[in-house]
Amino acid sequence: MPELIIASVMTMMTAATPLVFAATGELICERSGVLNLGVEGMMLIGAVFGFATAAVTGNAPLGLLVAGASGILASLIFAFLTLTLLSNQVATGLALTIFGTGLSALFGFDYVGETIDRIAAIHLPVLSDLPVVGPLLFGHDPLVYLGLILLTGVAWFLNRSRSGMILRAVGDSDVSAHAIGYPVVLIRYTAVAFGGLMAGLGGGYLSLVYTPLWAENMAAGRGWIAIALVVFATWRPERVLFGAILFGSIMILQLNAQAAGLGIPAAFMSMLPYIATIVVLVLISRDAIKIRLNAPACLGRPFRAER
Amino acid sequence: MLRLEPRSTQSFAAAWLSPLMALVLTVITGGVIFLAMGKDPSTALYIYFVEPLTTTSGLSEVAVKAGPLILIGIGLSFGFRAGIWNIGAEGQYIAGAIAGGGLAVYFYESESTLLLPAMLVLGTLGGMAWAAVPALLKTRFNANEILVSLMLVYVAELLLVHLVQGPWRNPQGWGFPGTRLFPDAATMPLLFSGKRVHLGTLITLAVPFIAWFILARTRFGFTVRVFGSAPLAARHAGVHGHRMIWQSLLIGGGLAGLAGVIEATGTIGQLVPNISPGYGFTAIIVAFLGRLHPLGVLLAGIAIAVTYIGGEGAQISAGLPKAVTSLFQGIILFYLLAFDLFTRYRIIVSSRATE
Repeated sequence: MPELIIASVMTMMTAATPLVFAATGELICERSGVLNLGVEGMMLIGAVFGFATAAVTGNAPLGLLVAGASGILASLIFAFLTLTLLSNQVATGLALTIFGTGLSALFGFDYVGETIDRIAAIHLPVLSDLPVVGPLLFGHDPLVYLGLILLTGVAWFLNRSRSGMILRAVGDSDVSAHAIGYPVVLIRYTAVAFGGLMAGLGGGYLSLVYTPLWAENMAAGRGWIAIALVVFATWRPERVLFGAILFGSIMILQLNAQAAGLGIPAAFMSMLPYIATIVVLVLISRDAIKIRLNAPACLGRPFRAER
Repeated sequence: MLRLEPRSTQSFAAAWLSPLMALVLTVITGGVIFLAMGKDPSTALYIYFVEPLTTTSGLSEVAVKAGPLILIGIGLSFGFRAGIWNIGAEGQYIAGAIAGGGLAVYFYESESTLLLPAMLVLGTLGGMAWAAVPALLKTRFNANEILVSLMLVYVAELLLVHLVQGPWRNPQGWGFPGTRLFPDAATMPLLFSGKRVHLGTLITLAVPFIAWFILARTRFGFTVRVFGSAPLAARHAGVHGHRMIWQSLLIGGGLAGLAGVIEATGTIGQLVPNISPGYGFTAIIVAFLGRLHPLGVLLAGIAIAVTYIGGEGAQISAGLPKAVTSLFQGIILFYLLAFDLFTRYRIIVSSRATE
């Protein structure tokens, strides 16, 4: 029984990690005042280019780098349209998701069914072999730790650092930030690119560690769930982890329940993460004042410098 | 130095030129992509954008594909005008197909002439019911309609898969997922023998004109236009935000549901898991490409339908993956959004000396 629980926790962390990456990136992006709905598309782009790199070179860590880089490139299309050409952020984000779905399916066409060596779980002598705490603390794959480190870094950055304060100022009042002399557009470009990097890494995690293979549309809505997680976390990084673990648990619960054969049709179990997202959104959003107090005031609004 | 100066009113010429420019640039970009894939660009572009229009069966297929895109696109354009982002039309389309198609599954021996009209009504109601969820959660609990409507797409897809593999599976279907074939009383009459164009396509063609009339000539149409362009003024004029959310989601959901049941009764003739090649998402592009104007959506629906048929043709004759089509659709929207800069801003070229 303890083995089963440990195994469940381990799998739960792997299910939560792509969400940790994508939601942390989107959180920074939204705190700077930009709503990027292209997370799903950027994850797919990261997943396919990361996987293709690993399949061709046999080097999965290199694949992960490429996944992050391709996420950045995809996010820069969005940044150029919304920040330089002042297009509507909702429509442009949707366009990025549609584009990413198409591009990844096209590019990944030749890689369907290929296999790679996944990035393996770490194994520290002695420590990882300890009973119970060994695997739980020292037995995950390296990216689980990377996700947690980046999340902690982002929390520190936003709450404690001067640059984080400037980023928040840009998201809460772009006009004032510009008047003081901060480069609003440049800061937003950087935030969007960070969101792209993290979504790309999250996608890379799916194709390089989680499955590991490439399948069309393999993100299966995780990009959208990540956006919902940012709302759930009321734009606070420390709460993202809680949300990601909650969703990781739901995904594992669903898989285990299917395996256990409770007589509930598989399709209904597979609906759980999506229905849970709706329930969570309702629970958190019903307090309209809380949302208004926490949401970046300039979220989704285009900014054009007046002189 | 280039700088932007906002226009006091949107440029009409730029608003209608930008979709055309977007289409032209997408074709050029498409040529470059084909070249990069090692295909002859002129042949591939011909297959994509011209060949569907050269044969009568090609035209018939374009009409069949344009139908759902136009219906859903019209419904979405109401909401988008009012700033309400229903992006779950794909789910509402599937819900409509399930609600309407379910009737034919249960009355599979019926010969009643009422069956088909009843299915169309139920399909519309099914789409509306699916869209009512984000409307209710938005108005009661302030929940984001983008995320809620999108999550319901996955739920609808899974529900359809469950039904056609389980309780509604055709007992004589050799285990393939899918319901019984609908009886004649539950299928749309074909307009020409040997072509797939059916009565539903005609219904579809009427909708843009009805929508245009509503938008241009009724009080409701006026409130939609005002709400989108000047929400504060609309509030002063007594337009209620909650009512606008309900109305635009129900219209969008209803038309998407109708499109779903028309597809099931017309083009397919049964319920199958992949009842939609992403119509609900593509219709978002159709709505924008048509400038959220009913007659524009009609034209945009036809244009995008051509790329669907072209994509199928290219898959067969040039071995190109079907995904090229959705890549093109994303690129079209990118270009369109970029060109929209010119509808809202003037580009002023000024030398530094004058500053």
